[in-house]
Amino acid sequence: MIILSAENISKTFKGLKALDSVSFQVEEGEVYGIIGPNGSGKTTLINCITGFIRHEKGKVFFRDKNITKLPPHKIARMGITRTFQIMRPYFSLPAYKNLVIPLWGPRARKLGGWRGGGKHGDRDTVAIDILEEIGFERDSRVPYKLASTLPTGYLKRLELARCIAMRPEVILCDEIFSGLSVGEIGGLIPLLEKLKLEGVTIIMVEHRLRELFKVADRVMALQFGEKIAEGKPYDVIEDSRVREAYLGSDEV
Amino acid sequence: MKRSERVDRGINVRSEGIYAISSLKEILYLAGPRMALVLILFLLPVVLDSVPYWKRVVNIMLVYSLLAISFDFLANYVGLVCLGCSFFVGVGGYTSAILNSYLHVPIYLSIPLASVLGAVICTLLLLPCLWLRGVYFAIITLMYPLLLTRVIEALNIFGGTNGISGIESLPGNDLENYIIIVVMLAILFGLRRFVNQDIGLVMRGVKDNDQSIRASGINVTWIKTQAVFIASLIGCFAGSYLVHLYIWAGLSLFALDFSIIPIAAVTIGGSGFLIGAVVGSFILVPLSEFLRFFGSFRIVIYCVVLTLFIVFKSEGIMMYISRRYHQFERWVDV
Amino acid sequence: MDILVYGTINSIILALMSLGFTLVYSISRLPNFAHGALYIATGYTVWMLLNSLELSYPLAILIGILGTAASGALIYRFALIRVRGMEISEVIASYAIGLAIIEGLRWGGLRGSTFTLPSFMSGSITFFDVSIDYQRLIIMVTGFAVFVMLYLFTRFTKTGLAFRGIAQDERASMMLGIDSDFTAILSLAIGSGLAGLSAVILLPLGNIVVETGYNVLIFSIAVSIIGGLGSWSGVVVASFIIGFAQILTEVFLSSHYQMVVALLAIIVTLLIKPSGIMGKQKELEERV
Repeated sequence: MIILSAENISKTFKGLKALDSVSFQVEEGEVYGIIGPNGSGKTTLINCITGFIRHEKGKVFFRDKNITKLPPHKIARMGITRTFQIMRPYFSLPAYKNLVIPLWGPRARKLGGWRGGGKHGDRDTVAIDILEEIGFERDSRVPYKLASTLPTGYLKRLELARCIAMRPEVILCDEIFSGLSVGEIGGLIPLLEKLKLEGVTIIMVEHRLRELFKVADRVMALQFGEKIAEGKPYDVIEDSRVREAYLGSDEV
Repeated sequence: MKRSERVDRGINVRSEGIYAISSLKEILYLAGPRMALVLILFLLPVVLDSVPYWKRVVNIMLVYSLLAISFDFLANYVGLVCLGCSFFVGVGGYTSAILNSYLHVPIYLSIPLASVLGAVICTLLLLPCLWLRGVYFAIITLMYPLLLTRVIEALNIFGGTNGISGIESLPGNDLENYIIIVVMLAILFGLRRFVNQDIGLVMRGVKDNDQSIRASGINVTWIKTQAVFIASLIGCFAGSYLVHLYIWAGLSLFALDFSIIPIAAVTIGGSGFLIGAVVGSFILVPLSEFLRFFGSFRIVIYCVVLTLFIVFKSEGIMMYISRRYHQFERWVDV
Repeated sequence: MDILVYGTINSIILALMSLGFTLVYSISRLPNFAHGALYIATGYTVWMLLNSLELSYPLAILIGILGTAASGALIYRFALIRVRGMEISEVIASYAIGLAIIEGLRWGGLRGSTFTLPSFMSGSITFFDVSIDYQRLIIMVTGFAVFVMLYLFTRFTKTGLAFRGIAQDERASMMLGIDSDFTAILSLAIGSGLAGLSAVILLPLGNIVVETGYNVLIFSIAVSIIGGLGSWSGVVVASFIIGFAQILTEVFLSSHYQMVVALLAIIVTLLIKPSGIMGKQKELEERV
């Protein structure tokens, strides 16, 4: 069943075409990758889908519901949540309190957050459970540290944890692998697979193709705001236009 | 070689709110400062019984504390810097005056009613600006009191430049002290609890970054609306109390003093504690009484002090005191 | 015809008042809330120089403007530099400095209507049945001259180009060897100098009163917000909008409403398009 579909999304920044009539559909429970060189419009696409940027043309459907003109918080309440490429934790709060906020949100209060927890005001405990699940050592002081003191690896995971806490149906990850070491990515991949097993649909915008292809079921390639290929990861990478777009990149 | 070292004093705190308290001494250590504040405030009217003028000053001091708390809450817990606290004072004051003088609502109803009504009016007026951030919000809040002043002047409504008189005064000297003392303490401790509730966390989240709040499915404007309502409730109470204290409401309610002194108090006392706001007002307001013979030069002194603090000592006095209280320094051989 | 001529003059006056504020903001992203204070301080200084030290008028003007420029630079060097980058502290600090200056002047005796600067030239000419005094003509000419000079300065001089570089991207310019602090000091000096210049040519139209300091601050904020913070062409457009709106309210309503119009214009602009008429929209929050 198709959970999220985008039709002909176009977005222009001051005459520069950031997205040109991009359409794609994501099946429920799959991991869908979006690749493309710098400036190809990947982040803009995520911003358009989640309502952070208004696009001029095109429609977005979530389970046949038109969510095109909705504000970001309403889209998020439906269970479509995102991470930010530039990490945006709540720096002045301890790590676990960062998760109390999405657990307090209307979606988690109504339906229960991660695994139904957090409904009855037990948000601190649920938050620490999530953090443990995502690789913060429970008995260490890490979950209680201020987010501003955490290293990048933890912050990336915190971004993901913030999404998970809402018990999302779709997560849009904006380059969660970038800036991480191979070891740290190795820690994240099982987590993504676990989420997939629990039925969460994941859309990943990524530069690190090798790591992405370990988890992705299907991949779409963008260049200059246009969709140039879509299909199984290794088929897409064989595509001549994709090769051309990436030529000179040492990642392929 | 000797170096100074800072050592934590007292009890180990694992996370906020969970203390391992084992002895009376430690309970005292934690509760002592709070008890001291309550005790001092309740004793002040008794001590100053023979000097009614200074009892008045205590009232004014507490009014400014309220305004400073409201500013501190909005600026440091929600990230909305309101340069025009006098807007709240003015709206609250005028509402109370209108209720009491024109509509003959008795005083014990007009103060609470004016606080709530005024807060509703302030929130509604500020509602369209809530999606603005940083400097823009600061500028627009600076404009609001000015705008209302000019509108009242130009339309000549609510007594125009003469103001509204014939307002009931607060009953009894002691009562007028204790009303504001109790309300101030209630708001101070209540708000300190509130900001550590989950909703308070969300507000702090709005200050840190509203994008993530949106991505968590929370309506940022609605959160800001609630915060502004709380802040304007406090400000409007202060305004309506002042009007009944002076038994007069006029354009001076929108005056600069009510905007700049709270900001100065928060900066001096230390921002982001709420208690810092109170400490700052306790220093500034009596100081300004001593400086009374300087007349309008007082505002110059405030501004210079404010500039010096914001530029050179931005952490404020309260931060320094609390560090001194929780840690001690000693010299060690290296 | 009256409306047209006086509207134009009023607009140029507004543009002159707010140019310094906008210049500082566009270059160093510093909202200089001491702008109005510097304006009125220049007027007072020139008056003092004229009447107490009995200097010649041109010399007094020169010293006044240079003194204001220097104090702008000093304000940055000793106070604002330490809070740079903390938006709110910048606002509060510069506002506090401005208030200190204005209220200091008030306390120092700047009250009543005894303080006036003489006009440069007396007399007036009649222009399409409207009589304009020479002072207003000088204002118009100076206004044009200042704009042309600023335009040439930022397009064709090295410092001017550095200004534009800093205004566009502080970090990139720093990597190219442009000293951000130095340009900020310079921009504050020039901005304050412009405040002084406008004070000197505008104040002969009326009395020097401290309230002018607040009004100038409010008008320059109004103009630069409506035009788009930091946009120079916006200043001109917004000045004309507010300038004519004010003249129209004065003619058809009453002069009481002048300030109300400006304030309402700010609020409406901020609500509809906070980046202003000519402002660049900051939509690109993350990389495309």
